[in-house]
Amino acid sequence: MTPLLPVPFLMIALAALLVASFLCLYRIGRGPTAPDRTVAIDILGTLVVGFCCVMALWTGQDFYMNIAIAWALLSFIGTIALAKYLEGRYYDE
Amino acid sequence: MNEIAAQWFIGIGLAFDLFGTIGLVRLPDVYNRVQAATKCVTLGTCMILLGVLLGAWGGAMGAKAVLCAVFLLLTSPVAAHAIARGAYRSGVRLWQGSVVDRYGEDIHADHPRAERAEPDQAPADTEPDR
Repeated sequence: MTPLLPVPFLMIALAALLVASFLCLYRIGRGPTAPDRTVAIDILGTLVVGFCCVMALWTGQDFYMNIAIAWALLSFIGTIALAKYLEGRYYDE
Repeated sequence: MNEIAAQWFIGIGLAFDLFGTIGLVRLPDVYNRVQAATKCVTLGTCMILLGVLLGAWGGAMGAKAVLCAVFLLLTSPVAAHAIARGAYRSGVRLWQGSVVDRYGEDIHADHPRAERAEPDQAPADTEPDR
């Protein structure tokens, strides 16, 4: 349970990831089309992997990296499903 | 020594993440946004994972970080390509300043039915918002 890097650095890292996440949320709320929102959701999933890394370094527990791997794969599957849904909306071939 | 290198890697990765999301907010249409966001954020998060490898040198955490970086590098371009293809085929129009549209030429040569995605049939909410 000891931080592997200095705690002030990790706090700055969490703040930067939080700012990036709020920019993604702005695009999810504002984005004029559905693909804009899908891109922002995909990017938000990648940022959550970064959050898991920072938390793993802060607590020294390695199960956060298991969460990161599972999150990356599930985010990919969700994004592919949304993209296929978008593609089939106007074409039926 | 490893800790200093880990902090540099994580700092550069965070900068890439921030620039990628700023591009996601500032650029004019879906295709520009998917370029900026996917490339910058994938590289940034992979650098954060390399920082975890250096900061937790020799443990199970580093091996899992490498595995996660490999997964991200494999899946992120595939997801971006699927989103861009789905956006184009669902009728989202390019920005007015775009100069080339090879995929559109290809579709219209192969499938004459793709005329349905021309501007008169496009959804009303596809105006670029800046």
